[in-house]
Amino acid sequence: MLLEVKGLHASYGSTRVLHGMDFAMDEGSITTVLGANGAGKTTTLRALCGMVKTSGEIRFAGKRVEGRATEDIVRLGVAHVPDGRGTFANLSAEENLRLGAYARKDKREVESDLERMYGYFPVLKDRRHQQAGTLSGGEQQMLAVSRALMLRPKLLLLDEPSFGLAPLVVQELFRILRAVNENERVSMLLVEQNAAMALDLADHAYLIETGRIVFGGEAREIKKNDAVRRSYLGY
Amino acid sequence: MEALLSQVLAGLATGGIYASLALALVMIYQATHLVNFAQGEMAMFATYIAWSLVNAGLGYWPAFFITVGVAFVLGVLIERIVIRPVEHAPVLAVVVVFIGLLVILNSVAGWIFTYTIKSFPSPFPAWLGVRWMSPHQVGALLVTLVVLALLYVFFRFTPLGLAMRAAAQNPVSSRLVGIRVGWMLALGWGLAAAVGAVAGIMVAPIVYLDPNMMSGILLYAFAAALVGGIDSPVGAVIGGLVVGVLENVLGAFVIGNELKLVVALVLIVGVLLVRPSGFFGRVHISRV
Repeated sequence: MLLEVKGLHASYGSTRVLHGMDFAMDEGSITTVLGANGAGKTTTLRALCGMVKTSGEIRFAGKRVEGRATEDIVRLGVAHVPDGRGTFANLSAEENLRLGAYARKDKREVESDLERMYGYFPVLKDRRHQQAGTLSGGEQQMLAVSRALMLRPKLLLLDEPSFGLAPLVVQELFRILRAVNENERVSMLLVEQNAAMALDLADHAYLIETGRIVFGGEAREIKKNDAVRRSYLGY
Repeated sequence: MEALLSQVLAGLATGGIYASLALALVMIYQATHLVNFAQGEMAMFATYIAWSLVNAGLGYWPAFFITVGVAFVLGVLIERIVIRPVEHAPVLAVVVVFIGLLVILNSVAGWIFTYTIKSFPSPFPAWLGVRWMSPHQVGALLVTLVVLALLYVFFRFTPLGLAMRAAAQNPVSSRLVGIRVGWMLALGWGLAAAVGAVAGIMVAPIVYLDPNMMSGILLYAFAAALVGGIDSPVGAVIGGLVVGVLENVLGAFVIGNELKLVVALVLIVGVLLVRPSGFFGRVHISRV
């Protein structure tokens, strides 16, 4: 098990958002968390990397990580593509990517990894010296994903990577995510509104409703399960 | 004409010193969005350390480098011990802490070293002087340029410099790439203190050493930072040089030496009235 979560609660101030979630992820797998707005998808990802107050147990690669500082969890190999993309707006696109590799130990391969990212997203190469804040929404999303990959993470947390992107760009992005998963064995935990695309990409899926997991299973099975699809995914 | 040229060049020399101190202010402003009123007193204290080392028989340059190192460590310690606890406090509380720091450093310096005005050596040999500039003016300008170049290279081309810039502008994303934001702020304080120490050591032979030596200099540095735009390092440097030249030229030909400090105050008020973001600063617009 790469990730094991037991009885995870999370709150913002006095507002409880997660009410005891249990889930797990295999190494090398893609898992998606689906649910309506406000169900707690973003909070789940934030809880995993110590950005909100939590209780319960989070085990990453065998180590307990709950209560640790975000930067320490990142150093264990958890990269986060956050809600809102988290662009360093005043820095150049390439500087954004280099920051992604900041916590890495093998600095020697940073240059070749940069080229690899430019291979995945050629448009970023054209924009490498441009201020990241001036990039389009789609380009910033690509930048956020490549910045996270520059860590060479074991686990990639993706918060609605399709948000604000044109359908063709989304397809391209998901194709690249699959390639990264297959070639580099990066596990991914994907939070999405776009349930159809997410279920196509993922091996495993969880449905959450108001901070609780209501259903979990093989992505393939869920796609076929009309009752679940209609009541929770709305398509 | 010759007199004007000489005043302009002298202005560049002191302007460089204002530029360093203004840069120290900008570095801390970028990370905390607050102006460190104690920046001048930190520089003054460091200058006393240098003076003590020189008096203890150390050569000038060993004393210089040890002082810069000690100032760096003291800057880091001040951030960790004094500033960290008020990190999330309201702006006014932090300003009060800065002013407290100013008064404490000033009084402690007076207590240890007395308020007697002391002379401070200049290390630059006579051959460094040119027709319109004294050896110390040329030397101070050179030292300032070296410091600025080093800072530029550090922030522009090193991973740590990049991480410090990232931490200052986007702490949340910085944590997500594994940057220890708290330490970056402390490092920023250390660097600002070190740069301030250089400014103090360079200005001391001109204004002489006493616990209040930096109060005027800090005003010029404020003016420089504001002219350039309080969030722009390049602006701070250009602002410093502009303020230095204006101060010297106006002091010599227009308003006289006694009213020099007024130039700084007029600049501060003028910039705030006409162009609050300075000439290189970013204009902040927020929807309310």
